Amino acid sequence: MGSGERVEFDNKVVNWIDERLPLFTLMQKEYGVFPTPRNFNYFWNFGAIAMFMLIAMIATGIFLAMNYTPHVDMAFDSVERIDRDVNWGWMLRDIHMNGGSFFFIAVYIHIFRGMYYGSYKKPRELLWILGVVIFLLMMATAFMGYVLPWGQMSYWGATVITNLFSAIPFVGDSIVTLLWGGFSIDNPTLNRFFALHYLMPFVILAVVFLHVWALHICGSNNPSGIEPKGKQDTLPFHPYYTMKDTFGLLVFLVIFCVFVFYAPDYLGHPDNYKEANALVTPAHIVPEWYFLPFYAILRAITFDIGIPFTEITIISAKLGGVISMFGSIGLLLILPWLDTHPIRSARYRPKYKFFLLVFLAVFCMLGYVGSQSADAVFFGLPMTLIGILCTTYYYGFFLVIIPWLNNTEKGKDLPKSIHDAVLKTEREKA
Amino acid sequence: MAAGSKSIDHDDEGETRRDFLFLTAGSFGAVGAGVVAWPFVSSMNPAADTLALSTTEVPLDKIPKGQSITVMWQGKPVFVRHRTDKEIEEARAVNQAELSDKQDDSERIKENKDEWLVVVGICTHLGCVPVGQKTSQSKGEYGGWFCPCHGSHYDTSGRIRKGPAPKNLAVPPYEFLSDTLIKIG
Repeated sequence: MGSGERVEFDNKVVNWIDERLPLFTLMQKEYGVFPTPRNFNYFWNFGAIAMFMLIAMIATGIFLAMNYTPHVDMAFDSVERIDRDVNWGWMLRDIHMNGGSFFFIAVYIHIFRGMYYGSYKKPRELLWILGVVIFLLMMATAFMGYVLPWGQMSYWGATVITNLFSAIPFVGDSIVTLLWGGFSIDNPTLNRFFALHYLMPFVILAVVFLHVWALHICGSNNPSGIEPKGKQDTLPFHPYYTMKDTFGLLVFLVIFCVFVFYAPDYLGHPDNYKEANALVTPAHIVPEWYFLPFYAILRAITFDIGIPFTEITIISAKLGGVISMFGSIGLLLILPWLDTHPIRSARYRPKYKFFLLVFLAVFCMLGYVGSQSADAVFFGLPMTLIGILCTTYYYGFFLVIIPWLNNTEKGKDLPKSIHDAVLKTEREKA
Repeated sequence: MAAGSKSIDHDDEGETRRDFLFLTAGSFGAVGAGVVAWPFVSSMNPAADTLALSTTEVPLDKIPKGQSITVMWQGKPVFVRHRTDKEIEEARAVNQAELSDKQDDSERIKENKDEWLVVVGICTHLGCVPVGQKTSQSKGEYGGWFCPCHGSHYDTSGRIRKGPAPKNLAVPPYEFLSDTLIKIG
């Protein structure tokens, strides 16, 4: 990076800096003339949108931290003070609060884009894995951030999630005590969550840097899933995609602003406006919406797994739920090696496309299951049954359907090149 | 490294010496890193002042039969229940084979104090506080407690009977200081 060829700049100051530290050459190479497939659709906006949201979260977060007090007696009130007394505090908080949700919206679409167009396939496996790592870090960060206002959902959500670790055999309880710094969620826990919530976004930023670096080594995938073969297949990143990304971002931000300014609490939970109380559990604990599908997988396992006809339990229901939940994200990590089909894009894989769209529906259904109480009923069927069926499809999609399609799906004929595919659709339109 | 050093014509002994130094230096480095990391990890464990909040005394004379109270111990709620004769009978009559965490009622109380049940009021599933302390609340299908989070039912001995929780409600260490006073912790 940076030590290669240099172009001369007309501006003398720019040129002087660039000779000593080729920042301008780097920007020119990676964001100016960078060859990018010419056939991107709007799904390709969400990487840039997610990047924007990360910066917005860091910016608002730093200013919120100037007015927040990480102490069990003062945290709740300090957040109320930000809302009522601090200049523009309400706006900073509402941007941060809803920004978390919209960051996840962008990232979920970004991940689905990768699955639909096969962006995880060779040579982009590491790029994909870095993306999953970012997703995991985001989940940890969002979870700890949600604890900070010290409302009832903060407290009880934190209790449920930290207790997941007690399912680990032998060392589980010691790990939970270590996480808490005590024998229940209390002041030491709140303090360390604040410290880590402040740190993690910068760790995410570092991994995003690696993610983008890896992207610039192998180049972007595109809707056809075939690699650009020459200049006729690409466009310079600027101005073509800087413009397209900016347009998409603005549309996204309009929707974001509707939530921030007209429905700031729509995505939150009213119970979190009650201060945390260790003696009263809310009747129905739900995590933030972006965790619901995984929460449903956690709750789907309600039975022990043991040796048949004996009373020996190998995996308790609790450990089983925890393993399923973490496993569901673990599957994303190994996806590049599960799906070895030579065609990337679902456009040319009708069977994969069908099962992937069912997967999307099942994932949304899991989100609904996660939002309901454990004893709820769905059209006469117990919610736990729906949960286990959807979980089975989730796992079946990765471990049975995808490997089966590797050997059986023939797929459609691929166009000769991106250039060819673009001209063909244009001819058809005419 | 090996290929490069051969050209400078070292004897073979120098080669093994270098490997030995490399390995020992590497392992000392690894041990050193572990020793430095330990205080950082350990600082996250409960501090001395947290550990000091260890005992709670509870007077029992104001709890009528059939009711229970909640007290705090180490930041956790503890249920103290004055059981009725019927509840004691139900707790004793259970067939052990039905239980997923097998414990007799007598193992969960103090001798000759059958009417007093003291358990940590934290569901062994994921740490919610079960309901059933107030007379107006659901006590679950087995007359003890019901955890609203994920639907675990506990009986009148605080044992898990139905739902995802793996263990019975924990019995904290406690002793009777007199007939009407207990010390938890």
